[in-house]
Amino acid sequence: MKKKLQKSHVIGEKMSGDKFIKSKNVLLKNATIIENGYSEKEKWDIFVVNGKIDTISPAKGSQPFSGTVLDCTGKLVFPGLIDMHVHFREPGREDEETLKSGALSGIAGGFTAGCTMPNTNPVTDNREIVEFILEEMKNHLFSVFPIAAITKDQQGEKLVEMAELVDAGAVAFSDDGKSVANSLLLRRALEYSKMFNVPIIEHCEDANLVVGGDMHEGFVSSNLGLGGMPAIAEDVIVARDLMLAEYTGGKIHIAHISTKGSVELVRRAKDKGVDVTAEATPHHFTLTDEAVRSFDSNYKMNPPLRSEEHVEAVIQGLKDGTIDAIVTDHAPHSIEEKDAEFSAAPFGITGLETALGLIARQLVNPGILTWQDIVQKMCKNPYQILGMEAPQIKVGEVANLSVIDPAGEWEVDKFKMKSRSRNTPFHGWKLPARAVAVFNNGLYYLVDD
Amino acid sequence: MSFERKHLLGLEDVSAEEITHILDTAETFKEILQRPIPKVPTLRGKTIVNLFYEASTRTRFSFELAEKRLSADTLNFSTSASAVKKGESLRDTAQNIEAMKVDMVVIRHSAAGAPHYLAQCIKGSVINAGDGCHEHPTQALLDMLTIRDNYKDFKGLRVAIVGDILHSRVARSNIYGLTTMGAEVALCAPQTLIPYEAEKWNVRLLNDVDEAIGFADIVMALRIQMERQTQNFFPTLREYHNFFGITRERLDRANKKVTIMHPGPINRGIELDSDLADDEHHSVILNQVTNGVAIRMAVLYLLSGETQE
Repeated sequence: MKKKLQKSHVIGEKMSGDKFIKSKNVLLKNATIIENGYSEKEKWDIFVVNGKIDTISPAKGSQPFSGTVLDCTGKLVFPGLIDMHVHFREPGREDEETLKSGALSGIAGGFTAGCTMPNTNPVTDNREIVEFILEEMKNHLFSVFPIAAITKDQQGEKLVEMAELVDAGAVAFSDDGKSVANSLLLRRALEYSKMFNVPIIEHCEDANLVVGGDMHEGFVSSNLGLGGMPAIAEDVIVARDLMLAEYTGGKIHIAHISTKGSVELVRRAKDKGVDVTAEATPHHFTLTDEAVRSFDSNYKMNPPLRSEEHVEAVIQGLKDGTIDAIVTDHAPHSIEEKDAEFSAAPFGITGLETALGLIARQLVNPGILTWQDIVQKMCKNPYQILGMEAPQIKVGEVANLSVIDPAGEWEVDKFKMKSRSRNTPFHGWKLPARAVAVFNNGLYYLVDD
Repeated sequence: MSFERKHLLGLEDVSAEEITHILDTAETFKEILQRPIPKVPTLRGKTIVNLFYEASTRTRFSFELAEKRLSADTLNFSTSASAVKKGESLRDTAQNIEAMKVDMVVIRHSAAGAPHYLAQCIKGSVINAGDGCHEHPTQALLDMLTIRDNYKDFKGLRVAIVGDILHSRVARSNIYGLTTMGAEVALCAPQTLIPYEAEKWNVRLLNDVDEAIGFADIVMALRIQMERQTQNFFPTLREYHNFFGITRERLDRANKKVTIMHPGPINRGIELDSDLADDEHHSVILNQVTNGVAIRMAVLYLLSGETQE
């Protein structure tokens, strides 16, 4: 029996549809196009007509055009970026984020799609919630692809109805926030999910090894007297999961990889042909555990900020392809909960609006990765991991585009963010790149407007 | 020298000059405490709040007495952290303190960093009276004052801290303070209770208590929390006592003069033999308590910004 969830009364929705403009007839003029196939075209014009890419041609200077012209000189046009790991708090904690406020946060950050993690309240472990999410976001500029829980209520005891959930629209399964502790259950999940070619996304953390932990276990935690979450708590579960994936032939995706040991384990497993992929977050390649010395709870997340050697290993993993995707793990929390002494505050920070800027600052500008690499890790690879077709910049395709200014310096202001929450450690940072516009589903949005 | 600091949150970043200045100031207050009427008007008109979110007898009494001896107006707030909703009360309390125009706050809290959080919320000075497993700076200062009473110089002095280093704020503050002052510090504990990468503190790490006694001029025993055995940090209190307890036999075997210190309260017969704790020949534990008042007077005075010169 199907029972439709009623939309809760969300008041003061910051974003209404009025800022979304129909892409009837838009010219992206003089753009640099970066495609999924590693090619780069400078000075091209893209004509979008009724939401579809109508023409792509070398820029022709000024000529009469009846529609809207978007000057893309110096701008990069990507196929629409996806963040395959976000927490929008609907249903359950609409005070922290709704599907639509999260979507707007994503749009402001230059994304056209996101995968929502299932730790909603109630947990996304049944058809009704998946359908509620899809219905709520139907025809929205920002596409939401729900990830369902692996186990009922994320309790780690009973498999969800995977076939039905895939049928409803779930694109992956994860008990994100914790690992599936029971190895037999995870084995079953890896075997069963193979039938649908969807990944099992594991938050890798041995629950016993992190008991009482608030931050990475290292010399900083020793100094601060805060409970440690050792890197090996991640490593031991990654090792187990890779063994299970190898044994079952299942498809495993390692969420927010953060340790040197885990990166090395994934690298070796890939060499052996295990069906494994991995993702990393901007904060894990930007910050170290030294930041926690401030006792500011905006530096508290799970996995925790690691020490220098782990940060370097994550960057190396991104560079050599061990880490396939960049995700934000966007985790909004209310001010009342986050504004507290460190150990009392919940784990997690927002990430959608700062991701591109941090990627430019930490990876592209220092020459570690190119924008082509970034498009792989934020478009082609994540879609491929999810078994979906990535958007393409091709005549006849839906205009699903992210337009960014790679030299558009801006200052992060948590009070101006589109997210309903303000828990970012990057407030006040000057970031070197920003999103300009996004196109998807027949609509577009100009970020600065 | 002038004292520039507004808060005393820990000793990790406090210089040798500052520590010496605090200890010297405490000496003058010790003299005042010997007078028939041991009270001065130094902090008259100042309002101090003692916020104790964690049970404490010794430290709370010591601060209260120090405040009274300095003629400050004091307010006391005691509760257990478990009695208030986590995270909620501290922000609210901070705002109330702001509204009441309090000059200084003495805070003890079970969460590391709680005093740092408070210091960002209010205009007045904050003194850390113990935050989680992080720091307990006034305890370490009174320990150092007691050491200075008995030994001329910290340089080359050997101090062994024995017990649950991992969970000890007293240990951390003493490690920072004593190494800053030039003492040689050894930490002795079961391996499970030695913090990760503790060697980076430039301390000696030992698992053998006889070796620690052999090394030390001063042995600082730490309180063992009963719940650590249920968390498997060590198998039983019995085994802990047998292998890490400071006993008369061990001191006799070492056959040397060793000063015994303990921040209290003592688990008699577990980390420290009862008769040793009371033996004036070895123990300076009650001197520590007396010095606590003088140290706290010195810290309150220096942070208040009052200068007599």
